[in-house]
Amino acid sequence: MANPLEQFTIKTLVPIQLGQVDASLTNAGLFMVLTVAAILLFLSLSMRQRLLVPGRWQSMAEISYEFIAGMIRDNVGSEGRKYFPFIFSLFMFILFANLIGLIPYAFTFTSHIAVTFAMALVVFLGVTVIAIARHGLHFFSFFLPSGIPKVMAPVLVPIEILSYLSRPISLSIRLFANMMAGHTMMKVFAGFVVPLGILGGWAPLSVDVALTAFEFLVAFLQAYVFTVLTCLYLNDAINLH
Amino acid sequence: MEIDAAKMIGAGLAVIGLGGVGAGIGSIFASLISSIARNPASRGQVFGLAMLGFALVEAVALYALLISFLILFT
Repeated sequence: MANPLEQFTIKTLVPIQLGQVDASLTNAGLFMVLTVAAILLFLSLSMRQRLLVPGRWQSMAEISYEFIAGMIRDNVGSEGRKYFPFIFSLFMFILFANLIGLIPYAFTFTSHIAVTFAMALVVFLGVTVIAIARHGLHFFSFFLPSGIPKVMAPVLVPIEILSYLSRPISLSIRLFANMMAGHTMMKVFAGFVVPLGILGGWAPLSVDVALTAFEFLVAFLQAYVFTVLTCLYLNDAINLH
Repeated sequence: MEIDAAKMIGAGLAVIGLGGVGAGIGSIFASLISSIARNPASRGQVFGLAMLGFALVEAVALYALLISFLILFT
């Protein structure tokens, strides 16, 4: 059986060396550029005809805007509106990355822990800096939940700190593991089709079709969950401190 | 024991944890269905929370699957 993990190898397409730093364009980098180009084209071309009653493409662009605006309004409140560009970019980037990765022979760069951990770290550090800038040293009262007996504080505070520090880890691993597991499963079942021949090959093929449909759902769901959790962490930073 | 045999056994043991995840996802959707049945008007609000809960539980499933793949393929 061929190795189903081989699809995740990073290949250098255009070698670029900046002194000591290897800044080559890899297949991951190429797909990141394609993702950003796809998002820019989608949003700018859909909104070109500014119809009052939107057509289909303009509807899709407006729905994605409203979806994120509603998410920020529900989870962060009115103070979160200034973070809308970041949250919107994050959501569209992860969504388009996951969806473009479902095209056959395309590369899913969100299936790499390096990429997802970088995004989760940006979110975590950004949220922590926002919290400290807004509340100063009072930020550390976040780790002492109110309404607990004082005796339990030495036990609870380390647990709270640990669970706060595990946020970027869980955020990054959730996205990366979903993408990697989904694509690996599709490859594994695809690898069963030809060996089972004409008589048996339809079974893994139909499972693969169902898996691909499921992966479309997962692509959207993982982008949504990453963004909603970012909004919730932002809410923790701005309020409840 | 051969390293390949140990890898296979380890990968098999690692996915035992997925049983709990199946119970968890079933529990989320059971409460979703019963809450929509009680109050059909709450469907819009509750559905988003149910999707968030489902994705969080599925993440645990994928942590187990990730460990299994790591054991099997590296």
